[in-house]
Amino acid sequence: MSLGSIFDIAGSGMTAQSLRLNTTASNIANAETASSSTEETYRARKPVFAAIQQAMLNPSQQQAFGSEEGPGAGVQVEGIVESDAELQMRYQPDHPAANEEGYVFYPNVNVVEEMADMMSSSRGFQMNVDIMNSAKSMMQRILTLGQQ
Amino acid sequence: MAISLDKALGIHQHSLEGRVKRAEVLANNLANADTPGYKARDIDFQAMMQKAQEGMDSGFGMNRTHESHMDTSTMGQDSELLYRVPHQPSVDGNTVDAQQEQTRFMRNAMDYQASFQFLNGKVTGIKKALSGQ
Repeated sequence: MSLGSIFDIAGSGMTAQSLRLNTTASNIANAETASSSTEETYRARKPVFAAIQQAMLNPSQQQAFGSEEGPGAGVQVEGIVESDAELQMRYQPDHPAANEEGYVFYPNVNVVEEMADMMSSSRGFQMNVDIMNSAKSMMQRILTLGQQ
Repeated sequence: MAISLDKALGIHQHSLEGRVKRAEVLANNLANADTPGYKARDIDFQAMMQKAQEGMDSGFGMNRTHESHMDTSTMGQDSELLYRVPHQPSVDGNTVDAQQEQTRFMRNAMDYQASFQFLNGKVTGIKKALSGQ
């Protein structure tokens, strides 16, 4: 019975989605963080998801059947990349962080995009919780096998 | 007359195993619903059951008597693992339709319950026969 691995899969999905929600929160919180140079300015952060192949977890199978076989073992976050979209440059000479020419740099965070991302990740999280609940009730069912 | 518990339980034990396997694959699809380039997969349940039926009828299985022998128990299951044909293309190459996958997962869970009910009936039947009341 491999019902246990469903918990691992759904758990990996929940971890990945909550990390995505974390980056979204960080992006929205820093959407108006001004700075005086392009290097110091906050840039929107995005997680990169990748599927975990089961063969990677079990090297002996990989030799026999190649890495494409197996149902997979969930999702992982490969890393977090910073968006290279252009920063917003605003002319605000009165701003304390303004540079010599009077410009202030604002992050390249698209708040509307972040809100959509937030909805997508919270739905994804919910979906994984549902899966986990189903797997739990399936497991509880099998424990009652043969009982009156 | 020897009682074979394997035969007494019929196809239901294999179908329950297949349902768990399919639940795993569908859970993996849903976990990767936002992974770029991920291709949704599913198990050909009919082929899996057919294989289980053939295995039951012939009664010949392969045993591993040496650790360097190939593990045939997982090979058969993997051959039924197919890729889904997407209904609509997506920019990031992901072919998971979350709603459809969730429906399939639920349906699979219901079918699991049905198989379980049958298997439970078999077990209670055997218990009743053994107690001889």
